[in-house]
Amino acid sequence: MSHGNMTINLKVWRQKNSRTAGNLETYEVKGVSEDMSFLEMFDVLNEQLVSEGKEPIAFDHDCREGICGMCSMYINGRPHGPLQGVTTCQLHMRSFKDGDTIVVEPWRATAFPVIKDLVVDRSAFDRIIASGGFVSVNTGNAQDGNSIPVPKNEADKAFSAAACIGCGACVAACKNASAMLFVSAKVSQLALLPQGQAERQDRALNMVAQMDTEGFGSCTNTGACAAECPKEISLENIARLNREYLGASLTK
Amino acid sequence: MSDKLISKTPEGPLSEKWTKYRSTVPLVNPANKRNLEIIVVGTGLAGASAAATLAEMGYAVKAFCFQDSPRRAHSIAAQGGINAAKNYQNDGDSTYRLFYDTIKGGDYRARESNVHRLAENSANIIDQCVAQGVPFARDYGGMLKNRSFGGTQVKRTFYAAGQTGQQLLLGAYSALERQVGLGNVKMYSRHEMLEVVMIDGKARGIIARNLVTGETERHFGHAVLLCTGGYGNVFYLSTNAMGSNVTAIWKAHRQGAFFGNPCFTQIHPTCIPVSGDHQSKLTLMSESLRNDGRIWVPKKKDDPRAANDIPEDERDYYLERRYPAFGNLVPRDIASRAAKERCDAGYGVGATKQAVYLDFRSNLINKYGRAEASKLGIENPTIEQLVALGKEVVKEEYGNLFDMYKQITGEDPYEVPMRIYPAVHYTMGGLWVDYNLMTTIPGLYALGEANFSDHGANRLGASALMQGLSDGYFVIPYTIGAYLSGEIKTKSIPTDHPAFVEAEKSVKDRINKLLSIKGTQSPESFHKRLGKIMWEKCGMARNEKGLKEAISEIQALKKEFWSDVRILGDADGFNPELDKAGRVADFIELGELMCVDALSRNESCGGHFREEYQEDGGEAKRDDENFMFVSAWEFKGESQWELNKEPLVYENIKIAQRNYK
Repeated sequence: MSHGNMTINLKVWRQKNSRTAGNLETYEVKGVSEDMSFLEMFDVLNEQLVSEGKEPIAFDHDCREGICGMCSMYINGRPHGPLQGVTTCQLHMRSFKDGDTIVVEPWRATAFPVIKDLVVDRSAFDRIIASGGFVSVNTGNAQDGNSIPVPKNEADKAFSAAACIGCGACVAACKNASAMLFVSAKVSQLALLPQGQAERQDRALNMVAQMDTEGFGSCTNTGACAAECPKEISLENIARLNREYLGASLTK
Repeated sequence: MSDKLISKTPEGPLSEKWTKYRSTVPLVNPANKRNLEIIVVGTGLAGASAAATLAEMGYAVKAFCFQDSPRRAHSIAAQGGINAAKNYQNDGDSTYRLFYDTIKGGDYRARESNVHRLAENSANIIDQCVAQGVPFARDYGGMLKNRSFGGTQVKRTFYAAGQTGQQLLLGAYSALERQVGLGNVKMYSRHEMLEVVMIDGKARGIIARNLVTGETERHFGHAVLLCTGGYGNVFYLSTNAMGSNVTAIWKAHRQGAFFGNPCFTQIHPTCIPVSGDHQSKLTLMSESLRNDGRIWVPKKKDDPRAANDIPEDERDYYLERRYPAFGNLVPRDIASRAAKERCDAGYGVGATKQAVYLDFRSNLINKYGRAEASKLGIENPTIEQLVALGKEVVKEEYGNLFDMYKQITGEDPYEVPMRIYPAVHYTMGGLWVDYNLMTTIPGLYALGEANFSDHGANRLGASALMQGLSDGYFVIPYTIGAYLSGEIKTKSIPTDHPAFVEAEKSVKDRINKLLSIKGTQSPESFHKRLGKIMWEKCGMARNEKGLKEAISEIQALKKEFWSDVRILGDADGFNPELDKAGRVADFIELGELMCVDALSRNESCGGHFREEYQEDGGEAKRDDENFMFVSAWEFKGESQWELNKEPLVYENIKIAQRNYK
């Protein structure tokens, strides 16, 4: 069993709810081991706070294996922290040094209002999917799976786009709080597959319209989204979305 | 046998039961469907697929999940694949073979009719998911690819790298969101179900707490579907998500729904070992890795050498040695016990000695590396060349899993073998349901991992996704007609009905009681202590003495919890500590029932291994004469349960000792 001997100083955003203002609070966490995940370090801090009679820090997390997309910490100015292609829950303390000061904030975007502390409301993403992120096929209508051959390259590209976990890091990373990478990943997945063709144009138009309605910003091609995406969703998807959108706008 | 335990299995030959039943089950006409409201709790594979499909059919659906989005349900984390009897590989697969493998894998403790239906539906699931745009792995001709999982000798597992659950769930989630957009489903995220509302003996709704505002809400439904997953987190450390809990089905159990086979727990053989006391969860390394990874320990006890320095003939590939026919692909319960046996005997590896090696090097070099080299026409390739070539193939098959392993342990599994150890992964037990998936409470259903039905005492790999989607897409949409066709005259019951008022009051009273204790210990600390008792005494091996001790320890823990838990914050807003406390309180009660169940089953079968009942070679010793039944427990009061038995009848399968040798 490893016993930790690192001491970490944290500055953490505390905010009671969406109606009150928040501020950064400072905490010291002792006995941190390098095998701990970043969230386990927060567990230790929260146990410490409970024992001191202070309310623990609220943060979103669930699967803790990098796939559910729930964890969402803005660590030292970067969504999900310093590593490439890694969610907060898969970030381990071996990426930090004894005595480090780490600043932890929630995702910041108008479309993601803070619920409490580090927890934000990302339901805007669900509404974008509801506006067109699907193939309209009712259960029971499917033909045999192998009756629709999909070239491997296309299937692989669709899969890479579909790997998006909907965490919102792209929005948090973007100076405009744009959701283009998220939207483009779903539009690309379905535009690349034969199953998605029937609704291809409507999908692009409707999802972009919903994205605008939710209050996400515009894309100015800085590429911060793809650089910070824990699933390394490619900027090519945004290019494809632009083509899809333009094509649909001209013909619809 | 309780008169409530009627399985309602249709008459007729096994292979015709479902087809015939599906064509004769009562229907609800489209005009009436609009007036029938269905509550779906949980939005994983079972819940999302059920909610979407029922809404497509015209029912008015309300769906609930505790996460911030239905897409986060823990089905998302399933890695390796989903089984289907397509026989695309032309290797002799069939509906019957999938049925047979599942019954045998479950150690003959599942209901034949349900399992056959599952196997029949399996092919339709793949078709449905492909139609939704789920990007399954394909070969260069554009056809779907398959791989092998444990307990089978065919390749019937469909997959999307190591993220199959994610892709399937996003497919079901898309279908669900489509219905939300069309106004057919009302979605309630960050809501937790805290009570089933009963009126005249039927389930008529739920009380849910809005986890953001803290308000309790009353929701009416003509029927209530619990699709809330498994309860592996009773062990504290498991591969489940942090939020996975038993609360919804436990509330239903306390209201009268029988709990089936609560002690049947799946310990998954290949997980990343515990690294320290801070550990909050365990991470699975997919069973699919056993296609290409070989499991071994050194032949010498406490061998201090690094894995790669131990020569081939000093390694004990114990699964290949003990089970030559299935080798590394024996079912999970067998692989887990074999790992525990080696570690207990002193052959474990790593700092804690509680681990075995899962080694890819030989297949990486000899299988993939050589195949690639021959494709490229490289003659006499060097080992380095073979490693580099093989690595590319392995990366495509399992890349995200290797990355995850490296991230968690700091070691590169392309270079050194993975260290793995068994961990709690899945619960075969759950609410008892009949053929229609209805619990012993009329109008209350359980789907997916939340029910007990299809996996017997051990689930085969890649079968959980299959069951969740079978229940949601292809079973409940038909079987719910049997009940709702009799409810078309029932008008929506206003939620000021005394039963709703009473149920909400009991929920609020409990929350207030929890907050008023103002003790000294956190909910988390109680959870850890419960998990330790469960793992040590009701885990991979169990015995009478330990189980009896566990029961009294859990009862004492329950008392301590209700007198000394400390929950900060209040009930009027977002308060994860309060949510957690409620879940831990339910886990404590469940833990006791699991031990009671394990104590009553004087045999070993599947994941339930009672040390008193084993063959000479350490294999599980089943007792078909006395225990070929489903244990269905009825809640009778605090720490009091009555055992009801549903006999299992095998008309189509010859019962035999499970043999994977």
